[in-house]
Amino acid sequence: MAVTSMIGARIQRREDPKLITGHGNFIDDVNLVNMAHMSVVRSPHAHARIRSIDTSAALAAKGVVAVLIAADFKAVIGGPLPVTNSFVPDKKQVPEQFPIAATEAAYAGEPVAVVIAEDRYLADDAAQLVVVDYEPLPAVMDLEKAMEPGSPLVKSDRPDNIGWDAAFPAGDIDAAFAEADVVLKQRIGQQRLFPTAMETRGCVADYIPYDNRCTLWTSTQVPHFIRLFVGGALGVPESQFRVVSHDVGGGFGAKLRPYPEEYLATAASKITERPVKWIEDRTESLQATTQGRGQIFDVEVAAKRDGTLLGLKFTQLLDIGAYHGVFSAFQVVACLLGGGCYDFKAIHARSIGVFTNRMSTDPYRGAGRPEATHLIERIVDIVAREIGMDPAEVRRKNFITTFPHTNNFGLVYDSGEYERSMDRAMANIDYPALRKRQEELRAKGRYTGIGFSTYVEICGVGPSSATAPAAGIALVESSMVRVHPSGSVTVSVGTHAHGQGHETTFAQIVADTLGVPYDSVEIRHGDTGDTPFGYGTYGSRSLAVGGMAIMASCHKVVDKAKKLAAHAFEASEEDIVVDQGRYFVRGNPGEAKVLAELAFASYGAGLPEGMEHGLEAVSYFDPPNFVWPFGCHICAVEVDPETGAVSIDRYVAVDDCGNVINPMVVDGQLHGGIAQGISQALFEEVQYDDETGQMLTGTMLDYLIPTMAEMPHFELDRTVTPSPTNELGVKGVGEAGTIASSIAVINAITDALAPFGIKHVEMPARPDRLWSMIKEARA
Amino acid sequence: MTQSVSLTINGRPREDHVEPRLLLVHYLREVAGLTGTHIACDTSQCGACTVLIDGEAVKSCSVFTVQAAGKDVTTIEGLAQEGTLHPVQQAFWNEHGLQCGFCTPGFIMAAAYLLKQNPSPTDAEIERGLEGNLCRCTGYENIKKAVRSASQAMNGGTAETSANLVGSAAAPVEG
Repeated sequence: MAVTSMIGARIQRREDPKLITGHGNFIDDVNLVNMAHMSVVRSPHAHARIRSIDTSAALAAKGVVAVLIAADFKAVIGGPLPVTNSFVPDKKQVPEQFPIAATEAAYAGEPVAVVIAEDRYLADDAAQLVVVDYEPLPAVMDLEKAMEPGSPLVKSDRPDNIGWDAAFPAGDIDAAFAEADVVLKQRIGQQRLFPTAMETRGCVADYIPYDNRCTLWTSTQVPHFIRLFVGGALGVPESQFRVVSHDVGGGFGAKLRPYPEEYLATAASKITERPVKWIEDRTESLQATTQGRGQIFDVEVAAKRDGTLLGLKFTQLLDIGAYHGVFSAFQVVACLLGGGCYDFKAIHARSIGVFTNRMSTDPYRGAGRPEATHLIERIVDIVAREIGMDPAEVRRKNFITTFPHTNNFGLVYDSGEYERSMDRAMANIDYPALRKRQEELRAKGRYTGIGFSTYVEICGVGPSSATAPAAGIALVESSMVRVHPSGSVTVSVGTHAHGQGHETTFAQIVADTLGVPYDSVEIRHGDTGDTPFGYGTYGSRSLAVGGMAIMASCHKVVDKAKKLAAHAFEASEEDIVVDQGRYFVRGNPGEAKVLAELAFASYGAGLPEGMEHGLEAVSYFDPPNFVWPFGCHICAVEVDPETGAVSIDRYVAVDDCGNVINPMVVDGQLHGGIAQGISQALFEEVQYDDETGQMLTGTMLDYLIPTMAEMPHFELDRTVTPSPTNELGVKGVGEAGTIASSIAVINAITDALAPFGIKHVEMPARPDRLWSMIKEARA
Repeated sequence: MTQSVSLTINGRPREDHVEPRLLLVHYLREVAGLTGTHIACDTSQCGACTVLIDGEAVKSCSVFTVQAAGKDVTTIEGLAQEGTLHPVQQAFWNEHGLQCGFCTPGFIMAAAYLLKQNPSPTDAEIERGLEGNLCRCTGYENIKKAVRSASQAMNGGTAETSANLVGSAAAPVEG
């Protein structure tokens, strides 16, 4: 009678067989009969007036179906790209962005024309023949200069280059600073990053003329969101617009908005009456897919000599790019989390969003929380260095210890045990021994360092009470659970998986909750045609919000099954016991029915009076609060003073994401997340020419994505502090690694370079940067 | 202006007329219909398009189809034999060596080639052997583990598996 508990089990992913044998269904694998191909002509200038566009040579080229410019699309696409409130509802300006530039291009890579041709080679050939007469205009690239009165404008129809200026004051900051023994200041940068999903974006649009129906296959994290906006702009009702996002080769936040090309391909399909495919090449992706971070923080901290943190003031300058991303101001959440896992008397933060002639920034794995962690963890180390205290002890002295905890800005941390995870990480890495060895090696002229990152993150976005005012949308999540007559179960969800393994982990939850065989549960996502409306996957929300929507439907199914069982056994419902999928009358477990039998009965004759047929449920879950994962990462590095090269000797992480559904998947999420943060710390940086605004890192040859050889072994461990806010006790883990890791590396490097008097290191800490700093320090 | 090209793909001979500029990866995907080989960088950094040509790992985005004339090409679709996964495929599955799965076919092909050349690579040799492949999801930890595990399995050892193997026969509910 035993049932294997699937929740918590390390189970191989059911997604994998097709993926390891080449049978995935990614966007470029979608091919339709009579399909044409779209190539996008993009502005080579960061800022230019478009005087005229001559499409005649392109139109005459071999295999060309159509060449379309803004004027052609204006008749088909109604309205601009959407922008959400995202923490700053009262922006100073929200300039409209049409999917294609008409008279002025504001970043290198902005679409100005598209070519539709019989195949992708011919489309690219003809795109070269589109002649655009540009009048180059000054490119605005520097955040601080862009803010000055009289600065050249990112776009000539705007009053200035300021998107928002929002203050977040909490507590009496002057009183906090008045108590201080030490006040320290630091500027901390967050370079722009390419999210760099291995699969670039792409879509296939199939508009059916005369019927006003459309199917859009697209590589996205948010199929329902795409349908809402692209369908709306094209005048196709949601009931007739289907968005399909099957296998998606990574997202990391860069695939969570409707993009210009999705509108253009759909409109082109409508205009040409052909299915139209567009696949982004890597250089286009680096120019025209949203980027992450792009911020500068000026931070001031007040502390006592005994290590007590008192007050924090900081300003976030955020490079919006030429247009607001759909969630452009989401990264402002860094202001609300700047205090990290510490008790501050007062925090005053200010965020200024500044337009530049670059591609838009938008969420990238962590979105605002890596920035918050990086700034506070850097600041704690700066305080520790100043007062001569061990960085671990400064942390210990200031940790929040009672939960739920309301932070300075009114956000409620659900549960935590910060000291426990730090102690565990310190034990795992043998901190005292590492410090001793550091001393010994320093005496020999070798420079090792130890860096801490103790983090708390907000995720599971999010409760409607918070997200509706902040984001303008209520980020609830949905599920539909349908038990078929023979007992197999289809679960359709509004979230979307693109590597996270939901088909496996959600099935684990359903198998346990319904008491049915794991293999009888099918998880469906990514097709608006057979899933209930949902907001998709980002913000580490799929389990804590989407998983709970699944639970809600499972409970409804069990409730109905109990009624069916009571009817079958001619007993009262109160006397029905449900034990691991078996339904029986109390005291008589030998005579039981399993869910499959009850499901079969639910579709047959002789149901209880008034009961509808079938066994299925739809649910929407609105979480009562966010969830708050936390943990401690410790990195040990050695810096070669002669070359500036950094080697990571140890990387130890203790993470707490609440209850774990599948430890293998959780560890995998942490591995990848940590790697991306390490990569920000050491390697990655989107570079544009400061004068011309030209992208300098336009291929993977120039933009450094680490290989296997650059990544250390990750020594993972966890504590489990369930979230009290949901029945599963889960938090989230998709972003935790990235949120924690960049600063663990940077603090370690700064510690290693302490003998040189170096107090702060910016990212990326590439060898040339460190070598120059060491050289300067030695001079 | 097409050119005739004859080659063998996954053991099956084919003849097609292609433009001289058609890249092998586009030929495999769009002419031969084998979409398991992926394109991710266009500049031969990422290795997602790796296939075997006459047994050697090659980035198929950097080869013209006509250059493969007369050759024997193996793609990810041809790696499993008679329904049995190649040990490298099995190891990637066992060790959670993939997440989104987009880079995976390239990694598996490159790893299969590496282990053919060097059945018992050290960690440093694995890193060198796979430095031409990029993954953004896994941080490489489990890919390394998968290659080590495949190596053991191919050398007659039992693959160390950290995952429970749940197949259709292993339903969690007993009657």
